[in-house]
Parts: sequence; C-alpha cells; structure tokens
Amino acid sequence: MNIIDRRPNPKGKSLANRQRFIERAKGEVKDAIAEALKRRKIGDAEGGEKVSIPTRGIQEPVFRSASRGGKREYVLPGNKKFVAGDKIERPQQGGGGGRGQASPEDNGEQDAFEFMLSKDEFLDLLFEDLELPNLIKTKLKSMETTQLQRAGYSIEGTPASLNIRRTMRNSLARRISLNRPSPADIEAMERQAQAAEEADDAEGAAQARADLEAAKLRARRFAYIDPVDVRYNRFERVPKPNAQAVMFCLMDVSGSMTEAMKDLAKRFFLLLHVFLTRRYKTVDLVFIRHTSNAQEVDEDTFFHSRETGGTIVSTALDEMMRVVRERYNPENWNIYAAQASDGDNYSEDSDRCSQLLGGDILPVTQYFAYIEVGAEATLRHGFPSPPTDLWRTYAAIAPVHENFAMRKVADPSQIYPVFHDLFAKDREHA
Amino acid sequence: MPETLLNSVAGDNKLLFTGPEWDFEKLRRVYDAIEEIAVGEMGLDVYPNQIEVITSEQMLDAYASIGLPLMYRHWSFGKHFAREETLYRKGYQGLAYEIVINSSPCISYIMEENSMAMQTLVVAHAAFGHNHFFKNNFLFRQWTDASGILDYLTFARDYVAHAEETYGTDEVERTIDAAHSLMNHGVHRYARRPKLNLEEEKKREEERRRFAEENYDDIWRTAQLAQETASADAKLAEKELAAIRQKLGLPEENLLYFLEKRAPRLKPWQRELVRIARHVSQYFYPQKQTKMMNEGCATFCHYEIVHRLHEKGLISDGTLLEIMHSHTSVVTQPEFDDQRYGGINPYALGFAMMRDIKRICLDPSAEDREWFPDFAGNGDPYGTLRHAWANYRDESFVLQYLSPRLMREFRMFKLVDDSDQDAMVVDAIHEDRGYREIRRALARQYDLARHEPDIQVRDVDLAGDRCLVLSHAVHDGVLLDENSARAVLEQLSTLWHYGIRLEEIDATSDKILKTHEVSARH
Repeated sequence: MNIIDRRPNPKGKSLANRQRFIERAKGEVKDAIAEALKRRKIGDAEGGEKVSIPTRGIQEPVFRSASRGGKREYVLPGNKKFVAGDKIERPQQGGGGGRGQASPEDNGEQDAFEFMLSKDEFLDLLFEDLELPNLIKTKLKSMETTQLQRAGYSIEGTPASLNIRRTMRNSLARRISLNRPSPADIEAMERQAQAAEEADDAEGAAQARADLEAAKLRARRFAYIDPVDVRYNRFERVPKPNAQAVMFCLMDVSGSMTEAMKDLAKRFFLLLHVFLTRRYKTVDLVFIRHTSNAQEVDEDTFFHSRETGGTIVSTALDEMMRVVRERYNPENWNIYAAQASDGDNYSEDSDRCSQLLGGDILPVTQYFAYIEVGAEATLRHGFPSPPTDLWRTYAAIAPVHENFAMRKVADPSQIYPVFHDLFAKDREHA
Repeated sequence: MPETLLNSVAGDNKLLFTGPEWDFEKLRRVYDAIEEIAVGEMGLDVYPNQIEVITSEQMLDAYASIGLPLMYRHWSFGKHFAREETLYRKGYQGLAYEIVINSSPCISYIMEENSMAMQTLVVAHAAFGHNHFFKNNFLFRQWTDASGILDYLTFARDYVAHAEETYGTDEVERTIDAAHSLMNHGVHRYARRPKLNLEEEKKREEERRRFAEENYDDIWRTAQLAQETASADAKLAEKELAAIRQKLGLPEENLLYFLEKRAPRLKPWQRELVRIARHVSQYFYPQKQTKMMNEGCATFCHYEIVHRLHEKGLISDGTLLEIMHSHTSVVTQPEFDDQRYGGINPYALGFAMMRDIKRICLDPSAEDREWFPDFAGNGDPYGTLRHAWANYRDESFVLQYLSPRLMREFRMFKLVDDSDQDAMVVDAIHEDRGYREIRRALARQYDLARHEPDIQVRDVDLAGDRCLVLSHAVHDGVLLDENSARAVLEQLSTLWHYGIRLEEIDATSDKILKTHEVSARH
C-alpha cells in the first residue's frame, strides 16, 4: 500500500476547462454581467458575481426518452395504504414528491445555468473591450521614471552600501594565502614562550620570543582588512513603468443635484475606479465637491453631506489644479478626472471654465470625462430641454481635445453603456 | 457513567487512534488493521492500493474530470466544474468523502478535511469495498483494462492536445461535442470473441485497418456499383446491397464505432477522437450497470469492517458512533411521497440486500429457505456474497436475490402509468401475489437497455444520397424527447456530413411512429 500526499500538487487543474467554458458562453455571460451590473451596487464590483445564463449553446444533448406518453412502470418504496388495483390520480408535472425514475428525466433540462464568476473573470469580461485612451502615450511617458536595482558588486561606493559578507570573504582568503597569524596563533606562541621561561629553558624561551615577535610583525604588516578586500553593492538605474494614477472625482453638490443624480454620478465614479485599479498598481482618489466654492473632501462627505448655494464650476477646476500642482506631478502620475453635474452653472463662469479646462487641465490629464446626470428627465414633459450652460461650454471645447468626452445619463441602466461608450476602443467621439 | 467511559478508554491500549486528527502514521496503522479483516476474515481480493490525500479544491477538480485523474481538455468539463463549485460554495451540497478509480493500482482519493474516523470509513469503503468489486466483477473484468486505463488517458489527453494544436481548438471541440452526445451509444454491449492475440497482433490489426481505411471506401464504391446495376436486374442489385450492408456490419448499435469505421468524410484525426470518446464511454459502461451493487458492496464492507474493528477494541465507541452517523445518512431511503425522494437510493438498496443475504445464510426463515434454497442457511455469508459480487450486475442481482422480507421492509409497490388510462394503477404490492412482479419490475428498472433509448444504425442509403438511417426501438410507446433528439442529430451530422433520418419504430408491431430528420451538411 502506498499513501501519497497530493496536497502540494497544483490545484486549479480545471482552470483551463473553465476558461474554455466561459469562452464558449461569452456572449451570454457578458449579457448576464451587464444585467447584473444594473441590479446591484457597483460598490460590490470588486467581488465575484453569480451569473445565470441561458443553456442555449452550452447544451450537451443526448438521446432521452420523452417525459410523457407511453406506458411506464415504477417500483416505489414506502407503501402505506395501497392495495393492488388501486387507482391514483396522475400528479401534476413537477408537483408533489418524486415519481420514481421519471423525476430526474423531468428535470433533465435546465433552462438557466447558474455559476459563480471569480472577481478576476468578472472584471476581465467587464472591461474586455474597453481600453484606456492614450495608453500608448502613457507607456512612453512612464519610461521617464527610474528605479534602482541591485546589479552585482563594485570596488567603490558609499559606506552604506558596503557588502560585509563579500568583503570578509576576500579578507579571509587573503589572510590565509599570505599566512597571516591569527590572534589565537599569537596567543599560543605567547603561552609557549611563557612556559619555556617558567621551565628555565633560556634557549627555548629566546627562540619562542623571536618567533612571537616575527609573527606579531607579520600580523601588523598584513592588515586584517585591506582596501583591496572591500566590496560594495552596486546598483543600476532601470526604467520603471509608471504604475500610478490619480483619479479626480468632481461633483456639483448644490441644491439642484438630487439624491438620484448623485447616485448616478457615484456609480460612474465607482466604475471608473474599478477600471483604473485594474490598470494601475496604485490609484489615488481625490474627491472635490463644489457649490459656489469648492473643497477637497473625503469620500463619505463627498457622497453624503448636503450643501446649499449657487453653482460655480470653475472653482472645482481651480481646486483640482491646485491639488495637481501640490501633490500630483504630471511627470509621475497618470491623471484622470471625471466630472458629474446637472449642467447648471453661473453663466458668467463659462469663459473661465473653458479656459481652465482647455488651457490647464486637459493638457496634463490622460482623460477627462464629463457626464451630465438627469438631463433626460426633462424630456418627459414633451419639450426637448435646451442644452445646459455647462454642456454648451464644454461642447465648444470637446472637438479639439482627444482626451475629453461628454455624455448624458438619466438612468442607472445607462451608466454601463455610457461608460462603455466613453472608453470604447475606437472612440468615434473626439 | 462518564467515569466508566473514561476508564474503558484509558484502560484500553489497543486503540489505533484517539481524537479526530489524522496523520500518515495513523492512516497506515488503520490500513493494516483493516486489511487484516478484509483480506483475512472476509476473503476480499483487491488490487494493490494507492491512497492519495487531496484538498477540497482538488476534489472539485477531480469531480469535473468525471472522477478520472487525467482527462483531455474540453469545455464541458469546465461547465461541470463551474456548477459543482457553485453548489459547493453555496453549501447546497457537500463533497464526497472519497473518489476511487478503477485502475491497478487502485487509487483512492481522500480529503484532508476528513476526521480520522472518516478516513477509517473511507479506507474500508473505497480501498477495500470498491476495490474488490472492481477486481472481481465480471463486467469490469470483461470490459475494462484496469492496468491500462491511466496510460490510455495519458495518450488521449496528449492526442487531443496535439490535435488542437494542429487542426485548431474549434474543429477539435466540434468533433468532441458530437462524439460526447453519442457517448451513451458508443459501447459494445455484448462481449465478442475474447481477444487471444498479444499486443503485437493488436498493433498489426490496427495497421491493417488503417490501410484499408485509407485506400478503400465502401460506401463510395457501393454507390457507383449501385448506379451501374440499376439498369440491370434490380433484384440482384438488392441482394448485393444486402450483402454489402452485412459487410458494413449493419445493423450496428454502437453508433460511435460505426462512425469511426464507416463515416465517409471524417479525417483520420477525427476518427481517433471519436475512438477516444468511445473508449472512455466503454470504460464507464460497467459502472453504469453496477452502480447499486458497487455501492452496496462498498457500504456492506465498511459496515462489517468497522464493526469488527470495534469488536476487536481497535476503535473507540465514539469513533464507531461517528462512522455510523455518516453511514446512516448514506443509506437513508426516503419514501416515495417524501420531498427528498429521488428514486431508490442505490446505497440503501444494495446495502440492505447484502445484509439480507448475510442473514439468509446464517439465520434463514422458512420463507427464505423456500425462495433461496441454494444458499439459505449455508453458513458462509462472505463466500455467497463474493460469488454474487463477481457474477451479477444490478439487474440480475435484484432478479436473483431480492427477498420478500426486504420488499416488505421497503414496503415496495409497483405503479403502472399508461397514458391511455385516466389514472395510474397500483399493479402489485408487497404481498404473496406481488413479490415476483415487483422483483421483476425493479430488476427491469435497473436494466440499462430499458432506460437508455435503444438506438441502432439500421441502414445507409447506399444507392442514393448516403442518408444514414437510424432506428429507435420503441417499447411501451415511450418516444424520444423531441428537442434533445433533434439536437443530437445536429451533432451527429457534423460527423456524418450527409442527411440523417431517425425512425422511431414500435418494437412489437414494427410500425414507424415518428421520424426525425436532418438534412445534409456541406
């Protein structure tokens, strides 16, 4: 008999098959994901997702007997009151207890196939055909930062990078090859000389003393550690991909923004955040809310606190530029920004906005997305609403900037398509 | 009371282990003690054992490749994996404590989460019960090559991978999809002349077959031949066609075999893929026919073994209780009107029948002597059971050994559901008049040939459009499920490439009840 411990064997033997299965059912799975995204809070997007897909396309058909018709016999356990010849009403399909061998066949066909997608699978599928704009540019740009990396040893360097192990190894080798007496040797010789003196062996003592002196001289001549022994760790500068990004969330929190609008904006921000965390090692978040003046706040305050006042959008843009200047040097950071607003703005502010956005912000950001929430709502009254102030302002800038996009969103179900649109691989909108 | 219990535990030094934790040393000790009972006392005859400890995730992996340690890649295994995983993670279903593979050495997977008591149960159940059954049952001996299966699966996995590389994953998957849909119809049900030839000879046969296949195409030839003779004596042509039909081996019930050998437009690698599916299917064929006996045998063995271990003072009362707790849940048989009822539990029936045989051997009643004169009171329960395990399958086992007493215990009754009648009729119950009828009906329920549709290749339109004609022998008016039949035919046509007609023919009157058709694919 053999007992083998297989636990250290690699798990996930089924992974390849699983991927094939998902690949095969991809269309359905993607639909299911889009559907699921509408239903649930996007805050959960970091977890896995249970999806249910129609069995079309992933069926494994076999010849089966029909579940009805013909003459069938069953032997069943648990008779309580029947005697031969009793007649029993035919149970309704699927009702009551099982009916012997027929029941597994009845349920043989599953209309929907349900399974769990892991977090990675979920996000991969979610973002599969999206790609960050200007990613190539980012890549080129990111080569500017460098990182120190160990690269062997050198004979010169700062004391801080002294490599003691190497140094001592060289020293030891040199000491052995040059036959440098060790302190223990010298001590032994001293004892020998002393013993000779105590034994009144004058000749022996003189000899031992002479040897001792010679050894001491030798030890002095050949240093314990010589400059030729010393080694330093060597470092090289290697280009490092720039894996950090900062995301600015700008939102109008004035009275005209309802909770529903904020909720819409929140979903958009969260989706963008998930997307960025997929692409970059670190993603910083900066929340800037504004009414007639703007301030940087934490996430909780951003979404939940109420403010009153007018609306001056440029204050938020100013605040963003201040934060960029202070903390996020565009040389080192990929800067993304998403702005949500209902489109209201103090009309005198328009010029300042377009100046700030076109002149300062867009040149340093990778991408700036503007979504106008709740815009569609006014349509229900039968009048197509005129473009809002902010929309008009931004629409004037949009065509000249590749990295700027704007959309209107009125309903949670539109978030994902809009997001998809904004970041779709070949963006028609420029 | 707790005191005496403590005393008995402390005073007993023979215990193989205490506490729930297991380790390899304990496992080995328990294995040796079990072996002594299983081989020494019960006379079991087993393949060498190999016990492999795995994690729960690895167990899920094993599930997905239909319990085999190696398998070729296919999306359907991924689908099963996704399903099992979801059920498991959501707590709808626990994992099996073990998986055992019919191979030599016999591999039993046991999970690291099991307690030592459970490991004891699992070793007795799988490494001895199932193992004995695999080695001795006639179906396994006849059909499966226990020592070769792992090698064959390695070959299959590599071949499929190679084919995918060479011909593209999509093509390969399409072929395997089609072959999978016919797997239930890819077995030889009857043993042919035993193969006396050695490995060498097999290889030569294979080469000859290959040569014939590549240089000669029966159907094409006959099609031309049929045209030539059409104008000549029609009767003669008919006769010749019949002769050729015979040469093609028609009718043929092994659809995969027929396709592998005869499908006109399959490429050689596709034939090999079909052949792989056929071999895997054939390997599992005995298991399908002996599910109840196999599980019964393993359950009976673990039950006897753990009780003997306990009698000998090798395991504690607590261990026995833990084992019995899970034993009982395995052999529960819900009644027909219970929510949990899902057919007759093979563990319950198999175990009960084998316990019953033991009782009949040792302590028979007058009724048993009348029903089982061969072995009632013969005093050799293990010998009698070993004989049954070796020579029967589920159907014949029920027919031979189900006793009236057990039918009473299960309170079995037979129900007839005829769609021509308004209501279902109780045909027989557990009483003198009903025993034989119930036993016969239950045995039929276990007959694979009865509950898998009986489908054969009946004809190929040799003279015309090469349409493949299949027939489904309809018993008691039970037709095929329309949608699935259509889907399978679609799959089949990717292998056959020409039109296919499936006729459902009543087995008694030869009347065609229904026809399914798919047209040619180009």
